[in-house]
Amino acid sequence: MATLKPARNEIQDTEVEIGESKLSKLGFYLLMTLFALFFLLPLLWMVSTAFKPFEEWLSVSWIPVNPTLDNFTSIFNDKSLPVLNWFFNSLLIAVLFTTAILIIDSLAGYAYARLEFPGKNFIFGLMLATLVMPGIMFLIPNYLTVARLGWIGTIQGVIAPGLSGVFGVFFMRQFFQSLPRELEEAAYIDGASVWHTFVSVILPLSKGPIITLGIITFLTSWNEFLWSLLILGGKRTALTLPVGLATLQGQYTFDYGKLMAGALVLTLPVLLLYAIFQRYIIRSISMTGIKG
Amino acid sequence: MATKVEALSVPATRKARKKVSIVPYLFIAPHLLFFAAFLAWPFFYGLYISLFKFDFLRPDRRPFVGLQNYAELFDPKSVPFDDFWNGLSNTGEFILWSVLPLVGIALVLAVLLNRNYPGRGIFRTIFFAPYTLSVTVASVLWWWIFQGQGGLVNNVLKGIGLTPPNWLGDMPGAWIAITIATVWWTIGFNTIIFLTALQEIPKSLYEAASIDGANSQQQFMLITIPMLRSVMVFVLTITLIASANLFGQPYLMTGGGPAEGTQTVIYRIFIEGILRSQMGRAAAMSIFVALLLLSQTYLNFKFFGSSQEQ
Repeated sequence: MATLKPARNEIQDTEVEIGESKLSKLGFYLLMTLFALFFLLPLLWMVSTAFKPFEEWLSVSWIPVNPTLDNFTSIFNDKSLPVLNWFFNSLLIAVLFTTAILIIDSLAGYAYARLEFPGKNFIFGLMLATLVMPGIMFLIPNYLTVARLGWIGTIQGVIAPGLSGVFGVFFMRQFFQSLPRELEEAAYIDGASVWHTFVSVILPLSKGPIITLGIITFLTSWNEFLWSLLILGGKRTALTLPVGLATLQGQYTFDYGKLMAGALVLTLPVLLLYAIFQRYIIRSISMTGIKG
Repeated sequence: MATKVEALSVPATRKARKKVSIVPYLFIAPHLLFFAAFLAWPFFYGLYISLFKFDFLRPDRRPFVGLQNYAELFDPKSVPFDDFWNGLSNTGEFILWSVLPLVGIALVLAVLLNRNYPGRGIFRTIFFAPYTLSVTVASVLWWWIFQGQGGLVNNVLKGIGLTPPNWLGDMPGAWIAITIATVWWTIGFNTIIFLTALQEIPKSLYEAASIDGANSQQQFMLITIPMLRSVMVFVLTITLIASANLFGQPYLMTGGGPAEGTQTVIYRIFIEGILRSQMGRAAAMSIFVALLLLSQTYLNFKFFGSSQEQ
């Protein structure tokens, strides 16, 4: 009776059975396939258009008659649209942002989970309060702060405001709280410092949540649009891919093959990450729900 | 052997750590620095600049105007009045279009995924995949699919002999296109949240109900729906907030058109504050919108949330 609960992100094996009859089983799979097509076909259409030569863009055929790489070579060779620059800007920003988030949020998360200090509840309460505040309130004043720091058009201008986010702190705190206290107490008895305990006892046990937070932070940064548009919008070579693709849309209106090639360049790394780390990504979403 | 020592020394060690209290502050300091600069400070700074006629490009002329930026929003004769309320009502219109499908279809998908059959892991992977994409990709892709000339949807419609509408250039086509793009892009998130909640419902409830002779429809209405109540409020609230923040899709798909019909309030704040550099006015608009959202969230939890949840 008292079986172990399966991990929250896993689909349980003991749920409601689908209809017994062959017919209702067939109908069920038909329905699921229709839904799946809704999610898949647009992506296939993007791939298909990206490999079509100019003459075929407007045809409804899903497979290009004369597949070509021209769309890719022309967006990579167009000097006014430095797609490669954008790619590396996006990558650099996402890597720096993710690294910074992982460091500062696991440190803070650990302190809020395990260390005692005056003002802890007050500061943590403040952070909780910002969770309900709509992000739009911070847009204009943060833009002004970044401008005053002279960071418009720079990588730090894109990254720094995002590091204030509290999601990662809560996420890591929740995990650290779930660890048994005996681990640290044993280390303290051996005379280890708080720092040493954190680095050599706690962190090695935290690979799962760190990977999870890392992946979703990377994805968020890689895909981020509005803030990067504000901060980098004026400088072509400094753009990230999402902002660059929007520029491409402005430049190449009705040049659909090139646009879809650009969209594909932006999408492939993400889908690759998703394919590899799907479990971690979905688990983090599940946790959001449980928190609420 | 060591147990006695442990029992004695653990509380003592903890107490000793409590005294050396600079260490915890070092742990929180890096995050707290950014939190203070980009979440706490802008809260007050935003209120402050909303009291000025704050032109970003004219630092020499930023007179204090008191509550004028707020008063303007309620004065039909003022400059920003029409555009602001047009933006707000457009956002409201998108909420009406989007929230029901985003919540309802997500629930259906979650129920479909919460069954025992081969291949459901693959379906879950597919349903969630678009959520990992950038708003730019989702928007540009659907902008292409809904193109009046040569777009996939219209080519198919022409193929079966229908007159294709000019989706992005007409109403309500523009809202339909933006809604479909948004549902496609984000519904995986709500689906996963519902799915997680469904799996938290104790199986014994269903067993007891079926012993009592309840069929699966009755079980759904009498067990599943009530058990999903708190998660439903949560999903409804975050979906409302997400829809109220609509910006990227109209920015990239319609440019706010036709005739500013999809220019949402966030879009308006972007134009006012960034493109026209009227930051005092934009800050006042942001705060007004934030207040609307906060009261919306509050009402949601007050009326739909139950007291007996987690």
